[in-house]
Parts: sequence; structure tokens; C-alpha cells
Amino acid sequence: MEMSPHQPFITTKLDEFVRWAQASAIWPMTMGLACCAIEMMSIVSPRYDTSRFGAEVFRSSPRQSDLMIVSGRVARKMLPVLRQLYDQMPDPKWVISMGACASTGGIFDNYAVTPVDTILPVDVYVPGCPPSPDALIYSLMQLRREIEAGGKANVLARNA
Amino acid sequence: MLQAVGGIIAGMATTLKYLFKKKSTIDYPREPYPHPERFRGVHELRRYDDGMERCIGCELCAVACPANCITVIGAENDPQHPTAPGERYGYRYEIDMLRCIFCGYCEEACPTDAIVLTPRFDIADYTRDRLIFGKDKLLVDDPFTQHLANTESAFKTEPGVAPPPSGGAP
Repeated sequence: MEMSPHQPFITTKLDEFVRWAQASAIWPMTMGLACCAIEMMSIVSPRYDTSRFGAEVFRSSPRQSDLMIVSGRVARKMLPVLRQLYDQMPDPKWVISMGACASTGGIFDNYAVTPVDTILPVDVYVPGCPPSPDALIYSLMQLRREIEAGGKANVLARNA
Repeated sequence: MLQAVGGIIAGMATTLKYLFKKKSTIDYPREPYPHPERFRGVHELRRYDDGMERCIGCELCAVACPANCITVIGAENDPQHPTAPGERYGYRYEIDMLRCIFCGYCEEACPTDAIVLTPRFDIADYTRDRLIFGKDKLLVDDPFTQHLANTESAFKTEPGVAPPPSGGAP
């Protein structure tokens, strides 16, 4: 985005503008899977307040949401449900894998708890058990950085 | 009628009260969150004051870890140029941050207080590979915060518990 010094115009590239728009309103989906969801809920509380980044609207429908926060362990029974919800989300869409269980399985070493990146393309991994709300907000910052840099699955090339 | 107006006034009084109260929102990316003193975040491996590594490769942290996220491979010290005081040192030290549950058992198990949990939390990343922290990321020259040096766990490192810092076989 550039301010013209002599004329009352702001010029920008469409691509940059779209990225700015995408990064400024990441609406998460109302989906809590386990104890990490408690920390996820508190990011909209006054103390953490993600409405500062335009991400406070937890939409109850996957059709209206941009971001899936996989907050908690994903049981084997839940995997197809999760995939279906992800497929119902409109492009562009992002996934945050929140906490140890969703990212790798964490302390669970059994058949039932599956890392979520076996079925979904995860954008940001958040370590912690559970991650504190500030760690989740940091991951939101990371996601915004990724969107603004242009690396995004399904729309632009994913940066490895 | 009068009752309804009274209700509105009472309601607006609450609004007015919160309008002048201090805001509870913390402006995070510009301003850090205040954490409790014993907040457990990202690990770090400490050194002694003379630059020797504290880790002696005993793998007690790996045994204590409930998530099995720590990998330690110890090796014999070179007697001429020891990496850690004593016979052995941690040749390889890796923590899978995504598997870690930040319980602090490794910190408790460590006989030399080499591994310490810091209040750092901002390590969210884009790939799983980058969140496996090796010695290059864990080993630090100076502790993350000074207040950690004053917590109980650091008190245990008084002479008598830690091996002599000058190296050589005890």
C-alpha cells in the first residue's frame, strides 16, 4: 500500500489488498474438542480480546468461518467429522493445530488419538498442554504473517 | 414508569462506571502478558559460569518425561577439552516441543539443573520439524530471565550438588 504524496489517492496491488483483507478478519469456527477449548474460548474475553485483530466472531457454521482451531485431542471417531467440517468451509481456509494432542498426540501413545495433520493441512502448530491464550494469540499472529507473506494452501502455494 | 427510568439509570451507571475503569485488555503484541513467577514455558539448557555445559547426559529427564518427548544421547568427554564437568556430557539433546506437556518433571529430575523451563511461550510455528528443538536452540549462554535464577530450583545448584566446575574425572 502506498500513499501518493501529491494526489489524494492510495494505490495498492489487488493481491496485497486481498491478503490484507484476509489477514484482518479471520473468523474461527465454534468447535471445541477438549480441554484446549477452554483456553480457546478465553481468547475472546476482555483480557485477551482477539477482536483487536478481527478474529473475535466465532461462527457456528463452517460455511461462514475461515479458521478451524483444532483445540484438543482428535479421537479416531472424530476424524471423519473433522474432515467433513473442513471440507464444508469455504476457501480460503486455515487450520491451527492447538496443543500437544492435536499436533502430535502428546502424552497419548495409543491408537485412538491421532495427530490432526494426518487428515488436514495444518498451517500453524501451537505447543503447550494446553497452550495459554497468549500462545494461541501468538499463533494467530503467525498465521497473519503467513497470509500476508502469501504462503497459503488452496489459494497460493504453501511455503514448506 | 418511574421504576423503568430508575432501571435505565441503574444500568447506565454500571456502563459509566466501566467506562472510566482501567481497561483489562492487554495489548499483547506490543506489551507482554504478565505471567506468574513459576509459569512453565519453553525449556533451556544452562551452562556453568565458566561456560561448561551443565548437562551430563544421564537421561534422567527422558525417563521422567510422561510424554516421552526428550531424547538424550550421552557421550564420553574428551579429557583434554571437556564439554561438561565429569565423565560424560549430553552429545545430543532434543525436545519435541509439540509432544511436550510442560509439566516440569524434567526440571525436577535433573541432578545438575541443566534443563530449566522459562516463561517463554511464543514458539508457534508452521512445521512440525521446526518445533523439534535441538541443542542449538536449547543451549543458552545466559539464562532467559534473572528471576529464574532466583527460584527454588536454582538454589539446589549450590556447591555440593553440582559437580566441580573445572572439569576432569571426579
